[in-house]
Amino acid sequence: MENVLEIIMIPAVLAIIKIMVIILLFAMPLGTFLTLMERKWSAMIQDRVGPNRANIGNFTGHGIMHIAADGLKSIFKEDTMPKGADGFLYLIAPFFGLIAAIATFAVIPIAGPIGNFTFQVTDIEPGLLFIFAITSLSVYGAVLAGTSSNSKFALLGGTRASAQMISYEVFMGLALMGVFMVYGTTRVSGIVDGQNEYWFGSLIPMWGVFTQPLGFLLFFTALVAETKRAPFDAPEGESEIVAGYFLEYSGMRWSAFMLAEYVSLVGVASLITTLFFGGYHIPWLHLWENAPQWLVTILQIIKFSVFTLFFCWFQIQLRWTVPKFRFDQTMALGWKKLLPLSLINMFVTAFVILAFA
Amino acid sequence: MTDMTLLQSSSEDASTGEDFSASVMSIEIGPAHPAMHGIVRFTTHLDGELIVGMDPEIGYLHRGFEKESENSKWIQVIPYTDRLNYVSPLLNNIGYSMAVEKLYGIQAPPRAEFTRVIMGEISRITDHLTCLGAVAMEIGAFTFFLWFIKAREYLWELVEEMTGARLTTNWTRFGGNHSDLPDGFLGDLADRLAKLKEIMTECDKLLTRNKIFIDRVKDVGAISKEDALSFGFTGPLLRACGIPYDVRRADSYSVYDELDFEIPVGSTGDCFDRFLVRMEEIRQSISIIEQAADKMPEGPFMTDERMMHFPDKKDVYGNIEGLIDHFKLVMEGHQPPAGEIYMPVEGGNGEMGFYLVSDGSGDPVRVRMRPPCFNFVAAMPAMTVGHYVADIVPIFGSVNMIGGELDR
Repeated sequence: MENVLEIIMIPAVLAIIKIMVIILLFAMPLGTFLTLMERKWSAMIQDRVGPNRANIGNFTGHGIMHIAADGLKSIFKEDTMPKGADGFLYLIAPFFGLIAAIATFAVIPIAGPIGNFTFQVTDIEPGLLFIFAITSLSVYGAVLAGTSSNSKFALLGGTRASAQMISYEVFMGLALMGVFMVYGTTRVSGIVDGQNEYWFGSLIPMWGVFTQPLGFLLFFTALVAETKRAPFDAPEGESEIVAGYFLEYSGMRWSAFMLAEYVSLVGVASLITTLFFGGYHIPWLHLWENAPQWLVTILQIIKFSVFTLFFCWFQIQLRWTVPKFRFDQTMALGWKKLLPLSLINMFVTAFVILAFA
Repeated sequence: MTDMTLLQSSSEDASTGEDFSASVMSIEIGPAHPAMHGIVRFTTHLDGELIVGMDPEIGYLHRGFEKESENSKWIQVIPYTDRLNYVSPLLNNIGYSMAVEKLYGIQAPPRAEFTRVIMGEISRITDHLTCLGAVAMEIGAFTFFLWFIKAREYLWELVEEMTGARLTTNWTRFGGNHSDLPDGFLGDLADRLAKLKEIMTECDKLLTRNKIFIDRVKDVGAISKEDALSFGFTGPLLRACGIPYDVRRADSYSVYDELDFEIPVGSTGDCFDRFLVRMEEIRQSISIIEQAADKMPEGPFMTDERMMHFPDKKDVYGNIEGLIDHFKLVMEGHQPPAGEIYMPVEGGNGEMGFYLVSDGSGDPVRVRMRPPCFNFVAAMPAMTVGHYVADIVPIFGSVNMIGGELDR
């Protein structure tokens, strides 16, 4: 027994266990569940019933069986490859996006540390820079899929995706500069702890959304554009370029694209929670002295999950409410409006910090 | 034409990889493509995302309506007209029947005409709802689409109540209609119109002033008055250019001169104006229906002239004239006087005209239909060149091409 515990406490083994837990118990289940949630919620918006047919026996679980049915269908579908496609790149392209989406979770803490044990895979110093690096990897998925498919629609989608993601990356970083300045670190746990401070005694928590309201809006917009979801889904453009870069895919490879989209939706939501809504910290909890540690941890996980789910829901609501931008409008919005705004935000933040610190 | 050949030669160069500086990518949009309602093909020449040329190719839904009609009796053509503009089949029924009535030189009784106005306007609303919903859906406002489809469903239930079918209505006859208003129809109608108005208000709030939506449709696909006229535009697309031409007023056929309605016009002829014109026309149609329901006269719903309608069963079995009429109508068909006639009505898309030639026998010599959207599709290159490939979607959506009436 002691041997087992010793092995578990080796950092590398611990990290692997955490990765498995976060991926298998948090990111992937939530991502798959969101596919159903999106269909159900959009059905509610649109006065429909939504999926409710798949069943085992008489059990439909309000459509929950559709998740299993969709997965099975994708696995058993033929894995097609168009004539003239670049075989190797075509086959590996779907997994870039998925890997990038999952890797985001590596630096996100879902509860406060207990002693030496952190609820976070790794707490590296350049935590946010790691996220930028990883999200920019996901562009390769779209570009490789678009260029290797040997299809003009896919090519158009791939070029759109690369242009859009690279340009939104630029001011995604700039929009977060304010957060770095306010909390003085790029370490994610540092930013989260910084949000546990209060203004005016213990009146208003110093959440990112209060210290950096404009930065929050800009960063959120950039992230939605980065995940290529509506209203920024010109790379998919299902009405004019059919499905864009993943037009030619079928079966599980196609599902990998969809799963990547939903996992990164969860990723966006948890990033927003972590950076702008106090992460796992529950405001004013310090007023409750002698709170048992285990209860605090559970409450923190619940708080984090609720906020994450809220922003997942918000993105779904956004998608089914507004029309989508044309591709050049997406680019114009990014370069002509959001980039100057994020620069202004950066300079104003710097000025305020210098003036009052 | 010369430009087009130049384009094609340069795109050939691009495909052989010899000349990348002038590379034009040709892309086949359609015949099976999500933005092509119905089946049509646009060979689009792209410079990056910019459209530099476009060749529309139509005819995928050609069923030989006109030829088929020549081999039928006059009355047998009515079911074929259901399938012309299949989003507003009743307007086709009405148009064809009124053309034959004009050939005969008779008019349907007032009650029949008022009922036709009501059903025709319901069909116009369903047509506009479908078109606007499709435009909105294709630029991402899926919710708007389904709300409009819900509204369309209310109206199609009315159509079903009246005709027994939602699409294959086959409802009008020469000199009247197949049936009178069902019991309680006007009450149902008022209910449904109230619901429709509610949905219209909701949708208006959701989309009409949405910045993203306006950016997508404003100044997209604009066409000048002169170009529109020279292409032969009619209907909402012409009115969006600022020309108040509406066959209902210009010809004032049926009982439209007794009804009070306005013709909405736009100014620039872009997709946004078309959207607004169609939205306003739905409201005007609702008002027309309400007026017609108020003024609904009592009386027969079918003319009592001999050899126009099939006699009642009791006449067929009970007296010799009825029996002979029935026999001759079945064997020889209706025999309108020899001559030719053109009868336009305002269809969902614009002027829908029927050109009929009769030689006095029971078989039509020629049945031709003027499909309003033929001209729009012809103008697609003029409207799209210089825009982005994503603009094909709102432009083609607002054109509201219906394969059934385009290819016949």
